[in-house]
Amino acid sequence: MSPSTPRQSSTRARAWGFLLPALLWTGAFFLAPLVIMALYSLWQRVGTRLVTEFTLVNYHDFFAKSFLLKSLLNSIEVTLIVTLVSVLLAYPLAWILAERVPRRWQRLALILAILPFWTSYVVRSYSWLLVLSEGGILSNLLLDLGITAEPVSFANNRGATVVGFVHFFVMLLTLTIYANLVQLSPSYRKAAADLGAGPLRSFWHVTLPLTLPGIMVGAFLTFVLCIGDYITPQILGGNRELLLPQTIMLQIARRSDFPMASALAMVLMAVVSLVYLACARWLKIDRV
Amino acid sequence: MTSRIRGITRRHGLLLGAAVLGAGLSFSATAGATEELNALVWCDHTDPALIAPFEEAHGVKVNLKEYEGTGAALAIVEQSRPGDWDVFVIDGVDVPRVVEAGLLAELPADQLPLNDIFDQVQMTDVTHKDGKMYAIMEKFGYNVISYDKSKVDPADMRDLTSLWSDKYKGRIAVYDYYIPLMDLVALKMGMKPDDITADKLPAMKEELFKLKENSVMVGEVVSSTTALATGEADILIGGGEWAVAVMQAENPNLDWVLPDQGGILWSQSLAVFKDSEKKDLALKFVQYIMSPEGQARLATSSCFWGMPANKKAGAALSDAQKAALRWDEQEAFLAKSYRYFIPDAELDAEMLDVWTEFLQH
Repeated sequence: MSPSTPRQSSTRARAWGFLLPALLWTGAFFLAPLVIMALYSLWQRVGTRLVTEFTLVNYHDFFAKSFLLKSLLNSIEVTLIVTLVSVLLAYPLAWILAERVPRRWQRLALILAILPFWTSYVVRSYSWLLVLSEGGILSNLLLDLGITAEPVSFANNRGATVVGFVHFFVMLLTLTIYANLVQLSPSYRKAAADLGAGPLRSFWHVTLPLTLPGIMVGAFLTFVLCIGDYITPQILGGNRELLLPQTIMLQIARRSDFPMASALAMVLMAVVSLVYLACARWLKIDRV
Repeated sequence: MTSRIRGITRRHGLLLGAAVLGAGLSFSATAGATEELNALVWCDHTDPALIAPFEEAHGVKVNLKEYEGTGAALAIVEQSRPGDWDVFVIDGVDVPRVVEAGLLAELPADQLPLNDIFDQVQMTDVTHKDGKMYAIMEKFGYNVISYDKSKVDPADMRDLTSLWSDKYKGRIAVYDYYIPLMDLVALKMGMKPDDITADKLPAMKEELFKLKENSVMVGEVVSSTTALATGEADILIGGGEWAVAVMQAENPNLDWVLPDQGGILWSQSLAVFKDSEKKDLALKFVQYIMSPEGQARLATSSCFWGMPANKKAGAALSDAQKAALRWDEQEAFLAKSYRYFIPDAELDAEMLDVWTEFLQH
């Protein structure tokens, strides 16, 4: 190990200087809150008092009380459904944008696609309520078309929550997959065609595998944002079932039980971390 | 080229600095000229029709910070410096714990219209401690039954048990607050809210599960009233005047009633912070809110309506407004009402568990 030259030391110091703001930011706004949350999760609310002796009672309660555990299972189920449906809808949309829309119109098409997202997330969720509820646009349309004889409600259930989520995440996934598709050299498909592959076979064996990283990144973002979302299920789900973020809010808003809420949030963090590790392993992020 | 850009930048920088300094000075001058009052409030206090007359009369600015839930308000206070807040609007049931925490200043009872307040909402056991008054009830109402009278039989709405019958299956929205709702379940079961004990919870849970089977949704204020407004639900259990009065102008079919078994009384109170440096102005604000005019404006706030605590506000309300508040039935309603049951911490946790199970059911 040779001693570093003054030039190397200066470069290293400058690198640390550039890194410092990011490190401070991450430390102050991610690591410190996370440590505080982890500490809180090991404390306990007894009556109106906060008992600061370490205990695993909150975690024990989470696994012992089936209605709490069920909120995690509900969250995972809903998130998987949303991610799958969003991918299935976003891929064709991204493909049409990248392959069928003329290059000069693509930017406009993308702007038009994301235009609704310039409105508030809460307002958009309530708008969906007006579309899906009894006497709403969808119900009236079915009545007018003679498909139903009575007003029908599609709101206040898991389906409505999924619709609200999918509306948001299809666009997110479309953008990530589109970015992947437009970077794909046409030479790959030409080579496949030269070797005798039809359009379907070329898509299945060449285009799809090469765009899987885009799908995975978008799907991971969808998973993370969806599993931690409180607003959409709260507005559209009608509390027919509880997802984990709703259970966390219930602990805070109704009982100020921050230790229990922190324990539930740590469980949520653990699930997201596991999914991240799986995605990173699959994408071999460490090699990138 | 570079020097020109630098020159322009420097000149612009000086101009910008001068502008910022000027704006700062003018802001300081304005801030100095207008006295300000900082109030932690519920959304009904944010109606300009309520606040503007006080600001104009006293030449002051009232800064309003809206919050939901006493826990959230206390967190705000905890993160503030002593003296940051002057006035506090707080849930009636939470006054004792805020007094206990030493946050409130004593109010001069002789300078407030206590004799004009409905007897049942004086609640001196809550607002007073050791003979000193720390808060005054300003508004009240009921967690009972709101409904669309074009879709249900109004006579049925006077009987809580009808909500558990098949007749209204899939037509009910449930207000998502476990204390008043479990109080109503207790009334339906023939108990008083104060009778709730841990051993009654299994039976109450069964009742809640049956109610869930009849319900179309469970939601907080906005969601549950939206369900009623859009026709998603015909009945809102836990609702009351606060849920329908604002919407009655658009939909006169929306109504509310206190069932024969009784109803749950909610109340909100007004207090002054102990560390306020503007206690005189804060007291004037309390006096304004408690005046008949202030009370009428608060009762019909654009955020939500509720009964004014001051009986004399009736003179400042129109007949239509009084009809929406069911003014003439207040004596009977109050006689049949129960205040929010305040369980001890252990029972509270068990009740929340039952409620969570109900939501998950």
